[in-house]
Amino acid sequence: MFNSWLRKGSIILTAFILLFSLAACGTESEEQPANQGSNEGNELSGEINIDGSSTVFPVSQAVAEEFMAIHDDVMVTVNLSGSSNGFKALIAGEIQIADASRQIKDKEVDALKAEGQEAVEMPVAFDGITVVINPENDWATEMTVDELKKIWEVGSTVENWSDVNPEWPNEPIKLYGPGTASGTFEYFTGAINGTKNESREDYTPSEDDNVLVTGVSGDKYAMGYFGFSYYVENQDKLNAVSIKVDESAAAVAPTVETIKDGTYKPLSRPIYIYPVKSALEKKEIQEFLKYYMSEEGQALAEEVGYVALPAEMYAENLSLLP
Amino acid sequence: MMQLDAEKQMRRRKRKNTIFHILFLSSTLFGIVALALLLIQILVDGLGWLNWDFLTNNASRKAEKSGIKAAIFGTLWMMSITAPLSFIIGVSTAIYLEEYAKNNWFNRFIQTNIANLAGVPSIVYGLLGLTIFVRVFGFGKSVLAGSLTMTLLILPIIIVASQEAIKAIPGSQRNASFALGANRWQTILRVVLPSALPGILTGSILSFSRAVGETAPLIVVGAVAYITTLPNSVFDKFTVMPIQIYTWANLPQEEFHNVASAGIIVLLLMLLTMNAVAIFLRNKYQKKN
Repeated sequence: MFNSWLRKGSIILTAFILLFSLAACGTESEEQPANQGSNEGNELSGEINIDGSSTVFPVSQAVAEEFMAIHDDVMVTVNLSGSSNGFKALIAGEIQIADASRQIKDKEVDALKAEGQEAVEMPVAFDGITVVINPENDWATEMTVDELKKIWEVGSTVENWSDVNPEWPNEPIKLYGPGTASGTFEYFTGAINGTKNESREDYTPSEDDNVLVTGVSGDKYAMGYFGFSYYVENQDKLNAVSIKVDESAAAVAPTVETIKDGTYKPLSRPIYIYPVKSALEKKEIQEFLKYYMSEEGQALAEEVGYVALPAEMYAENLSLLP
Repeated sequence: MMQLDAEKQMRRRKRKNTIFHILFLSSTLFGIVALALLLIQILVDGLGWLNWDFLTNNASRKAEKSGIKAAIFGTLWMMSITAPLSFIIGVSTAIYLEEYAKNNWFNRFIQTNIANLAGVPSIVYGLLGLTIFVRVFGFGKSVLAGSLTMTLLILPIIIVASQEAIKAIPGSQRNASFALGANRWQTILRVVLPSALPGILTGSILSFSRAVGETAPLIVVGAVAYITTLPNSVFDKFTVMPIQIYTWANLPQEEFHNVASAGIIVLLLMLLTMNAVAIFLRNKYQKKN
């Protein structure tokens, strides 16, 4: 009984091995003609590995996709393990470019130095952190930074909308926001509360911004904040709050124009890539970064929901290349 | 009077029975209805996106060009190492613990720890894999590192399931084998394993399904979210289906949520196929015995 099982087992196993070696052959033979085809025109090859912020991921993925369509011998991989893990991988030498939704920290610079390395900071696009409310909310369409701070600061006593402004409804505010590990959380708390990473804790946090979208769009008295691209995709379900820097300033709504010219303050922030300096010597990385900063690259950033930087900032990034 | 009391009691007991009957039925329905709603939602969202292109394209920034090819192959590559390795090591360990090991403190210590390991959160295995396989052994963020991490993750479950299957074989069958002059190895091979096989296979394939569906440890070990080349060896970079689905579900565009649903359908089909194989094998060997 068992012997017959053994026999059948070995047949199945052999079949599996054959299948896999066939699959391996298949992919090789598929790739060969492609290799030959690419020899004319460009001789770039190699591997570019990118890891880091999930906010920057869509931009890097889009650029990688189009770059590989031109240079098909270059393999670009993009991962999204978070800004901090991206820098850790950069320090460990596992990747050549780190995606980050915040600037590099001093201790990360030091750790790179200890490895004899250096990261080069290149802002690639703007993201406007958008404060959103339910479309039925007709009272809080404009808010000052002070009002936002009153709601979000540590130890905030705001329970109802009327605690912020007596003219607003006497109904409890439901708050939604990103988790504490997120770069969006760090920037928002820094810009609004004045101290980074400090915020009231009794809100509904989620690492998945789509959960925040669902939360705010389903509750008239809800409020939340997240990246501009999530607002753009859900404009039919959400309204953006126009922000006033202070009582006398004009209220500015987040749009591509206001984020680009810097009038949407203080929640407009740049997102970055950090190539490691030693990798800049490599031809394929140079070309990849040039493509990233090119007009095509800028258009890709806008296509996935971010705002392109002023042209001189891209020119400055390119001047850092050897 | 006495008769009235007895009748009353009878009624009360019957009522109690009815209450619990309804309670247990609604518990059962709760799970089934939730599962059905989930499946319907996914099928409605995803079916329209499921076509041959979806299976043969790679991920893209455009929803309509997105496909799951690299992820399917990544999952197959990973399982081609994880499945045989965890099965061989797991079943061997179970045989040792049940058939050879003496009941001393050392073996009790191993036993307790295996049971505890089965309850460790998967992300912890990810961190372990990152430190040991990726960095210390220097495998890099490769198929091999991911597969070995997954092997560690499901090993305790396979061991425990196999032990239970082996334990269920009555001692009298072993004694009969010994009485006929067979030694321990012969008894294991000819008596214990054939009868325990259905249980072992069920447990193993359920564990393989878990490995196919895990995301967190592989993100930590460094399976990448966007890759367009298929692995050619175990040292190549890779991605797996749950990571691809997670990436799509996180994007802001509504269409990508439907693409994610299509990915979930493919993943479910793969899992259901695996479970069907498990049931088929179990029935086959149960009949023989």
